[in-house]
Amino acid sequence: MAEMQIKPITMNFGPQHPAAHGVLRLVLEMDGEVIERADPHIGLLHRGTEKLIEHKTYLQALPYFDRLDYVSPMNQEHAWALSIEKALGIDVPMRAQYIRVLYCEIGRILNHLLNLTTFAIDVGAMTPLLWGFEEREHLMGFYERACGARLHAAYFRPGGVHQDLPDDLLRDIHNWTKTFPSFIHDLETLLSENRIFKQRTVDIGVISKDDALSLGMTGPCLRGSGVAWDLRKSQPYDAYEEMDFDIPIGKTGDCYARYLVRVEEMRQSLRIIAQAIEGMPPGPVMAPDHKATPPQRGEMKQSMEALIHHFKLYTEGFHVPEGESYTAVEAPKGEFGVFLVSDGTNKPYRCKIRAPGFYFMAALDHLSRGHMLADSVAIIGSLDIVFGEIDR
Amino acid sequence: MNETEIMIKSDEVFGDQSSLELMVVHLNNVGQSMGMTCGIVNREIEVMVKVSDVVAALTLLREDRQATFTQLIDLTAVDYPDRKSRFDIVYQLLSMQNNMRLRLVAKASEVQMVPSVTGVFMAANWAEREVWDMFGIFFSGHPDLRRLLTDYGFEGHPLRKDFPLTGHVEVRYDDTQRRVIKEPVSLVQEFRDFDFLSPWEGMHSDLVDSANGSGHDKTSK
Repeated sequence: MAEMQIKPITMNFGPQHPAAHGVLRLVLEMDGEVIERADPHIGLLHRGTEKLIEHKTYLQALPYFDRLDYVSPMNQEHAWALSIEKALGIDVPMRAQYIRVLYCEIGRILNHLLNLTTFAIDVGAMTPLLWGFEEREHLMGFYERACGARLHAAYFRPGGVHQDLPDDLLRDIHNWTKTFPSFIHDLETLLSENRIFKQRTVDIGVISKDDALSLGMTGPCLRGSGVAWDLRKSQPYDAYEEMDFDIPIGKTGDCYARYLVRVEEMRQSLRIIAQAIEGMPPGPVMAPDHKATPPQRGEMKQSMEALIHHFKLYTEGFHVPEGESYTAVEAPKGEFGVFLVSDGTNKPYRCKIRAPGFYFMAALDHLSRGHMLADSVAIIGSLDIVFGEIDR
Repeated sequence: MNETEIMIKSDEVFGDQSSLELMVVHLNNVGQSMGMTCGIVNREIEVMVKVSDVVAALTLLREDRQATFTQLIDLTAVDYPDRKSRFDIVYQLLSMQNNMRLRLVAKASEVQMVPSVTGVFMAANWAEREVWDMFGIFFSGHPDLRRLLTDYGFEGHPLRKDFPLTGHVEVRYDDTQRRVIKEPVSLVQEFRDFDFLSPWEGMHSDLVDSANGSGHDKTSK
């Protein structure tokens, strides 16, 4: 028989595909069933957030951060609020810091619930998704009771949080933390020792420590490769310094390790939530510096200055001194950073958003080479991809 | 790197002024030959370097046993159209061993080529593609410098200051031609960009201090 030259097949995956976790177009060069090269085409959700922020005041730019990683909105507002507070030199009241930590951890559980369960459905398990979304419903209820919105919260403001928590909310969150461990247990009985789940994830998408560092991986994906690095511990911001929690790390760096790290992180988040509720001090939730933070509504009825401050803050906004700074938080997906260049006016000169998912997506080619087509779905699922933050 | 090397050191406080100063002195010593100038700005290390030395500087920062900036966290550019060297190329680095961040800045003009650092940090690959897409800065030696975020066939570089917020073209589906077509942007109303550089002075430290203190009586003066 004559020899034949077999050319690699080019395959198009997405942009409309349930396992693409949003609008990802993946062009795969395949040798039969084996991936030779993966070329993600991103930007289908690009909204020009950074350009828009250059044309908005600092406060008006805040809601854009909800719309980046729309699975854990408050964690990203946190980075923006912290970077402005750093530039202005504002101290945040203790109660506001605790509320922020509390809601960041709720956001972390929200994110991990979505990621773990959609990851499970990508590799064939449907039940975790249905169970997980019920829990997410409780958590979004807590979001709603704090700020009135289930997703796009705009709750963390420079100087604190927008309003104090309503009565009973802390008690309800506390009650929920009592029921949630049994959910994690149930989730684990479905997945952790599940034969099919392990066949799809163990030894798939292995990434070594050095590669993970060089590729700019952060968060659970880096910890899954055995690097004990968490900004909440190493560069603590707000009240994280006072919280007692552990950082789980994986040993193998495969999809299964990343899954296990996230499951354990949910347990640790529960510990932080419990401590935040327990230690929540009374007091104001917004810094009293009215050159940057709005006055109380009641004050505005009595005081002329308060009225002027309110008017100026919501029209002109505050001016931020000239300078450059980089501020990062440990978002559920990894290091979420804001590089802020201010020129002394009321609008940022340049705001670069460092999204963790961007670097995960860039690593996809490295991770999926030599794997089967079906494994690429498992790898995408384990990387925790949300296109809002990747495309910006 | 072995397992014990990358551990969180609780004794290394982030942003500690004295350790930042030590690092700056060290970097000024080892980077002298390539004209690296380091300084501390608002408790962050800023390193200025010539654009041609970017690869050497990043390699040095990564390989030096005291510096160990092993992670490229972010790579971006800032556009200053009035300057002769129009762009700042900004590299954000992280050292886990020292628990320290560093910002490397190189100035580049519009026509200057920036050497690609993909050989030093794999993370630079997409980051440089994004900067090429958004600012039109060309990276020499990049393996695959295509546009990343904008549409296929997009023209212009959106994050340049002279690119309008509304863009130049809009797309819509045309029923008669049965395809998506591009047209010049037509807006009923211009984007309202107010000039707020008003006499109401912004954040001066004396104002902040008084507002934190007894009250906010400065405005009534």
